[in-house]
Amino acid sequence: MKKYFSAIILSAALFSSGCVKEDDFLDKKPTDILLDEAVWKSKKLVLNVLADLYDRIPNFQSIDGYWNYGNFNEGFISRNGDRWRFQNNDWGYGEWGMWDYGYMRDLNIAIQKLGTATELEDVDRNVFLGETRFLRALLYFEMVKRMGGVPLITEPMTYDFSGDPTPLQHPRAKEADLYDFIIAELDAVTALLPDNPGDKTRATKGTAQAYISRVALYAGSIAKYGGTTPSVTLVGGEVGIPASKANTYYNKALTAAKAVQGYSLYLKKPADLADNFANIFLDKGGNPEVIFAEDYKLKSGKVHNYTIDNQPMSMTEESFGSGLNPALNLVQEFELLNNTYAPLNNTNGSDFVYYDNPLDIFAGRDARLAGTVILPGASFRGRPVDIWGGYMLADKSIISGTNFGAQKTLPGKTAPEVVVGEDGPIPGLEWSAQTGFLVRKWLDPNAGAGSLGTASDVWFIRMRYAEVLLNAAEAAFELGLPEAKDHINLVRRRAGFTTDLTAVDITFDRIVHERRIELAFEDHILWDNKRWRLAHKVWNGSAMTEADLKANMGKSDKINTQVFGLTPYKVYTPGVPATNGKWVFKIEKPNAVTGADRFRLGNYYSYIGDDVINNNPKIVRNPNQ
Amino acid sequence: MKKITNYILLIAAIGCFASCAKDNYDAPNATLKGRIVYNGQPINVEYNQVRFQLWESGYVNVKPIDVTIAQDGGYSAMLFNNTYKLTFPGGQGPFMTKQSGAAKDTIVVNLSGNQELDIEVLPYYMVRDAQFTASAGNIASTFKLEKIINDANAKNIDRVTLYINKTQFVSEGNNVAKTSINGADITNPNSVNLSVAIPSLVPAQNYVYARIGVRIVNVEDWIFSDVKKITF
Repeated sequence: MKKYFSAIILSAALFSSGCVKEDDFLDKKPTDILLDEAVWKSKKLVLNVLADLYDRIPNFQSIDGYWNYGNFNEGFISRNGDRWRFQNNDWGYGEWGMWDYGYMRDLNIAIQKLGTATELEDVDRNVFLGETRFLRALLYFEMVKRMGGVPLITEPMTYDFSGDPTPLQHPRAKEADLYDFIIAELDAVTALLPDNPGDKTRATKGTAQAYISRVALYAGSIAKYGGTTPSVTLVGGEVGIPASKANTYYNKALTAAKAVQGYSLYLKKPADLADNFANIFLDKGGNPEVIFAEDYKLKSGKVHNYTIDNQPMSMTEESFGSGLNPALNLVQEFELLNNTYAPLNNTNGSDFVYYDNPLDIFAGRDARLAGTVILPGASFRGRPVDIWGGYMLADKSIISGTNFGAQKTLPGKTAPEVVVGEDGPIPGLEWSAQTGFLVRKWLDPNAGAGSLGTASDVWFIRMRYAEVLLNAAEAAFELGLPEAKDHINLVRRRAGFTTDLTAVDITFDRIVHERRIELAFEDHILWDNKRWRLAHKVWNGSAMTEADLKANMGKSDKINTQVFGLTPYKVYTPGVPATNGKWVFKIEKPNAVTGADRFRLGNYYSYIGDDVINNNPKIVRNPNQ
Repeated sequence: MKKITNYILLIAAIGCFASCAKDNYDAPNATLKGRIVYNGQPINVEYNQVRFQLWESGYVNVKPIDVTIAQDGGYSAMLFNNTYKLTFPGGQGPFMTKQSGAAKDTIVVNLSGNQELDIEVLPYYMVRDAQFTASAGNIASTFKLEKIINDANAKNIDRVTLYINKTQFVSEGNNVAKTSINGADITNPNSVNLSVAIPSLVPAQNYVYARIGVRIVNVEDWIFSDVKKITF
């Protein structure tokens, strides 16, 4: 007890000695953080700040969170914890909302400080200013496409502790004004940013122009197609853009797209266009197509698990894989090379169609199919994947197993043998290819990329030249200019199409379709369908049948509410050599798919949090609330 | 030392139990329930799609309590006794509220104890006299469509659909079979006929639930007839 007592005395003594030099004690310079005055003097330190600001660019569907690719029926997620994505009937009003004025404040502070940072050289300072203003424009774009008009704050605000917060409360800007601001800012920073197409991870002139083409296109299509959903507007213009502005925006988009110079479509492997397409996303050495990317680096801490989660289960480096299974809905939309649409030919009406090789059913299609999706019978890392659902007997009954590569004895045989692929598909089995397909886009073929200790450093491309061409094509199409076909044909030739589309072929449906195919799994499907006001038609809540799946192909408003899969079966008919050993395909919904997605009109602009509205009574509620 | 530990545990345990009694709030004990009606007749809507909001006063930060309307137009909410403001968010329901326009009309609800409250609204259409019959593997229906709003706010019918389902939840998202007729193809709204073939039901059952849905141009939510159970 005495010991405790002396300890207490000792600590009391320590405290009182600390109190003596009170002023010094409270006025210590921190040794673990750099202060404002120091940071904005040094080029290296500003670069550090900038690295953090770049790192905070928001993503929605990205390789950082592959499960979000399962949201819109372009893919199925094999992981058990994601079944709800296919059992839901609608999306919450708050989904994909964003109200990030914390990041906005940091950007505004950086812009303000850089404006007065006289100790930096002007050359550096201007580039930094250009980059921070670019990032701020990007953040406003991310917010406006989710929420509609948000308050436009261009300076860091400071509270004066007067007890009255009203000077900090700003109303929402009009949606059109916000788009105008973003375009004007991006325009202004092109004068500050370097013209360096070789820099893929920092903003350059080309990056800014490419983003103008995207932003102006979004604004143009909201102006043009917003009229089809009259209830999705607000009287104050916080949501909705007047139709009269459409052509101005489309012109801007087209001009900006043409101003993107120094980039070209990736074509390093013209002999194999599918590999070439897959390599766009993997090749970090002098890739002429990439405009802006979020980079990753092995052994730096900034790596991602996309390959770990999505590598084929049959060759996994961990105990799981095959997370994202592209849907048949997407796969069948890849055109035949004669520019026509056709569902996969699995049945002739009365019987299955028999194929010698599982890949044959996909023959003669757009090279981007094999570049985006690992098809049954295709290879990854030089090894064939093992996707097949079982044996089909003469009476069309199926013999299959319940685990990867399960064995059973076929009728007429004595020894058990493998009756289902090492990759599945096995209905309901986690980590099996439940749609019969695996994803190839973004998937890292390097050894070790699929192991947790190493992971992958494939970068996430936010903007690439093919999109700029498609932006130009769409803007030109909406303006009625014949050059639309030239831009779109460049992209299509790279996909293996030998017959160009003519001006007559270019329809709204074509534009929508081309973007869906070229930019699959690149975070476009939601935003595109929103701005075209197609989302409530495409995801209309009706359950789909196989006939619905095969109907209306290539139509922009074709419904896509449920995921379908295509299961390959080996035929086992020992007495009938015409069919024995051949392959047949069955169209099946993965058994977790029970809901039919319905995009409600209220989903077009996300719910503004009640806390936001409570803190700022000037905020006008969105149409859904 | 061990004794001290025991004492500490005991005191902690006492503290825990004591605090539990104090922390508990009363549960909400007043039920507000009723129906969405037009001239006293309930308006049938889709399950889990139409909602209204209750705003409870007396707090600094207000947050609406969402109340979802059931298929048959009914609703119920467990609440505290207080004064509530009841509003419909924009674009909710196949109807207009009684006083529309830019201002949301607000119904003030003074709740003290259980209360029943029918909310009068103006639907664009009503499905009247829906009759369903089963014969030869088909469900046939006849019904009338009455246009309620005829002024400048009138809207046309986009399409009318007969749905059947295995369970009593019947709508666009929940059905085993449906047939539709476009609004433009309806010649006599006082006698519309629709018929749908009953598909094979797994597991087999000798009844289905059916109802008529009306989709109105530029209105998101459908308006329905009553759900009818039909045995065949």
